[in-house]
Amino acid sequence: MPLRFNLVVGGTLFALAVFVGLFAPWLAHTDPVMDANLLNAEEPPSWTWWFGTDAQGRDIYSRVVHGARISLTVGIVSQLINTFIGVSLGLTAGYLGGWWDDFVNGLTNLMLAIPSLIFALAIMAVLGPGLTSLLIALGLTNWSFSCRIARASALSLKSQGYVQAAKVLGYGNLRIMVTQLLPNMLGPIIVIGTLGLGSAVLAEASLSFLGLGVRPPYPSWGSMLSEARDQITTAPWLSIFPGLAIFLTVLGLNLLGDGLRDILDPQSRSTRV
Amino acid sequence: MLAFAIRRSLQIVPTILAVVLLIFVLFSVIPGSIVSALSDEGRGAIDAQVAERMQKELGLNDPVHVRFASYVSKLATGDFGTSFRTREPVTSMLAKRAWPTLQLIFAAMLFAIVVGVPLGFIAALKPGGLIDMASMIGAVSGLSMPKFWLGLLLMYLFALTLGWLPSFGYGDGGLMYLILPAVTLGVSPMALLARTTRAAVLEIMTADFVRTARSKGMSELRVVKWHVMRNALVLILTTIGLQFGSLMGQAVVVEKLFSWPGIGSLLVDSVLQRDIPAVQGAILVAVLFFLIVNALVDLLYVVIDPRIKYS
Amino acid sequence: MTAVPLIEVDDLRIDLDVQGRRVAAADGISFRIDRGETFGLVGESGCGKSITALALIGLLRHPLSIGAGRIRFEGREIQNLSPARQRELRGDRIAMIFQEPMTALNPVSPVGRQIAEMFVLHKGKSWREANRLAIEALASVRVPAPERRVKDFPYQLSGGMRQRVMIAIALACGPDLLIADEPTTALDVTVQAEIIELMRDLCAAKGTAVLMISHDLGLVANVCRRVAVMYAGRIVEEQSSDDIFRNPAHPYTRGLVGSLPRLGSRAAHGQSRLQEIKGVVPAITSFPHGCRFNPRCVRVTDVCRTVEPAVDLLDAGGLVRCHHHG
Repeated sequence: MPLRFNLVVGGTLFALAVFVGLFAPWLAHTDPVMDANLLNAEEPPSWTWWFGTDAQGRDIYSRVVHGARISLTVGIVSQLINTFIGVSLGLTAGYLGGWWDDFVNGLTNLMLAIPSLIFALAIMAVLGPGLTSLLIALGLTNWSFSCRIARASALSLKSQGYVQAAKVLGYGNLRIMVTQLLPNMLGPIIVIGTLGLGSAVLAEASLSFLGLGVRPPYPSWGSMLSEARDQITTAPWLSIFPGLAIFLTVLGLNLLGDGLRDILDPQSRSTRV
Repeated sequence: MLAFAIRRSLQIVPTILAVVLLIFVLFSVIPGSIVSALSDEGRGAIDAQVAERMQKELGLNDPVHVRFASYVSKLATGDFGTSFRTREPVTSMLAKRAWPTLQLIFAAMLFAIVVGVPLGFIAALKPGGLIDMASMIGAVSGLSMPKFWLGLLLMYLFALTLGWLPSFGYGDGGLMYLILPAVTLGVSPMALLARTTRAAVLEIMTADFVRTARSKGMSELRVVKWHVMRNALVLILTTIGLQFGSLMGQAVVVEKLFSWPGIGSLLVDSVLQRDIPAVQGAILVAVLFFLIVNALVDLLYVVIDPRIKYS
Repeated sequence: MTAVPLIEVDDLRIDLDVQGRRVAAADGISFRIDRGETFGLVGESGCGKSITALALIGLLRHPLSIGAGRIRFEGREIQNLSPARQRELRGDRIAMIFQEPMTALNPVSPVGRQIAEMFVLHKGKSWREANRLAIEALASVRVPAPERRVKDFPYQLSGGMRQRVMIAIALACGPDLLIADEPTTALDVTVQAEIIELMRDLCAAKGTAVLMISHDLGLVANVCRRVAVMYAGRIVEEQSSDDIFRNPAHPYTRGLVGSLPRLGSRAAHGQSRLQEIKGVVPAITSFPHGCRFNPRCVRVTDVCRTVEPAVDLLDAGGLVRCHHHG
């Protein structure tokens, strides 16, 4: 594959999803929640209803467009939480070492022992369904990769000359970590963050599909599929378009992450596809 | 070898204890979570007296460490508590549902291995070729596809349109019912295995010992069969072991989609109804399963790669 | 000597694909080795000697390929044979030993099995019979307790033992030609001599011809009857081992001979240092015009910078590629 293929296709797909999410109110034909009209129920895709309509007669195209907003917001916010937790823990653990490092290491291994979707379900069980719980559940359960990367980078960077120099100059630990270490590990963190965003979008869709995330009537791609399941015999188009939206967004993020890795984190390239 | 097996098995214990502690903290120390969870089902404020009685009944008035000790000692005897929802012992609920989940996960992994590994080998033998490109595009797609969407599409095609397979349910536990859920669940580990296999084979093909093998006059097929395969297996095994974890997580979604009566759908139903003991039990079993599989993978390493010492 | 040489290389060129552009990594390579003869190829790393060896055994892989010329084995052109026929020769008639015995052996396969493969591949033996022969092969390279050693994995053996295993593999089918590419470079000095002696004994006993490749002129001259010196992708001189020390014709060869420590000389002139050749080998993509050695040559003149010297025959029965030899 040409070197930049991943980057171009992935970037385009992701940019498209962000564009749709940002301009959803202008792109949508109808209001995704309010414009129900039973007279139009279960129309197959046509020139009027691009992606068809659902059992309540709502326009699927408009709902998919608005769904981009919710799915991407949840994905981005929860992934930011993950990255923040992971980088804070990993950076401090790698730089400070000692018992704190042991503790963070233990915590990371523990996180890896619990499948993240199952952990997210556990948190949802405690907090109850809803958007806030969803953000917390997804934000707390997928930080182990960024933590490992940050820790490894901090370990290798802290013996570098300029970090030692900063120490000699009397910089505080916090200042060294933020001004000297953090900027030098951004590349791999961005790569992991991009790939993680893909998983976050998938996880949001999964939890919403299970009825635990964004709840009907608000359109998230996952919750739309959850409703579509019951009508798959009579209205299969209900299943196709929200799924396609998830698929293309996550595909874009995965390709983008791979492409960015080639540029920002070239050492890890040789062992990858 | 036996000593290594025993030592490796014992390594699971601290992790399991940590997970138990984590789950306990999550559900029990966060104030009022259980009682409020119960009251939520009843919609609105719960009678103060009822709450008091429930607190007592569940031992929630005891100090935290006492509650943890009693929780752990009950777990040690295999007692996961009683379901809020069905009043049934959680242990027996889990026991009933363990087999379908195991069936599903191993069938999915079998599918992933049988399809993904040969695909990776074929792709690696002619890098940049048509099969390579196609299989790698397929692999990225497989990784990006939401499981429940893929499942819905497969269900629509093979069950509802073609009528070849039952659309959902466990049926009599027969193979026909297993196929669709297993394939749905197996697609992303299959994609990942194809990618890792390809990368592993490509890397091994540049090794010096492969050149030696060629200098012996072997055909490329023999070189792969006699020298590349076993070396690649070590790397492939790592992926397989790690994939069991996410498989366990994805199984939740797939079981729910296909109404498969396993631990995963029990977990979702219990979360939806905030049946805390059942949730705790299902999570513990899932984690235990993952840890055991990884220990088994480590044992297999030792068998395959002689360089790994028993330490 | 028979009329038909065992192997004959005629004007061979090896191309390197540098992002779609073909560059000659070695060219004009010609030499012949007779049955049972020992022939050495000497030069600094990067001069093209290893790829020449790989070309002989048909193991050049992308980005390297044969660009022109012929390789004849017992009179037949190897490149014209089908891939299957080429594989029959490889290992059975032409065998090779590599530099690094740790990585050249499969780390997850017992060494006995790696020897036994040869008998299964080329002699049609069953695995059972092949394993028995593998023990004999290990014994023949003087590995103690071979019946136990066959079960060992490479990481369990010392470097010298591993190279003995490599020799056992290479000589398993009694090949006509053994190519040894820096067989002792990765080994301890004390082990080197043992391995060289073992190789020489076994090949002499079986009448196996040897193509020995090394950067070490002393070692090669010690083992081989004739020596060719390579520089920057060309053979610059070929003479018998005796003559090359007595009368090195090419300035580069002279430099190599001068850089060899000689027994007694150091004791005699305590302060005299070994001569060295100044400068470095040019990269494949930027060989100089004219004689490729001219930027480093002590006898360089104008003609050397513009005209590439042709091959000249030497009176003593060798050849040289230099405008100012003799």
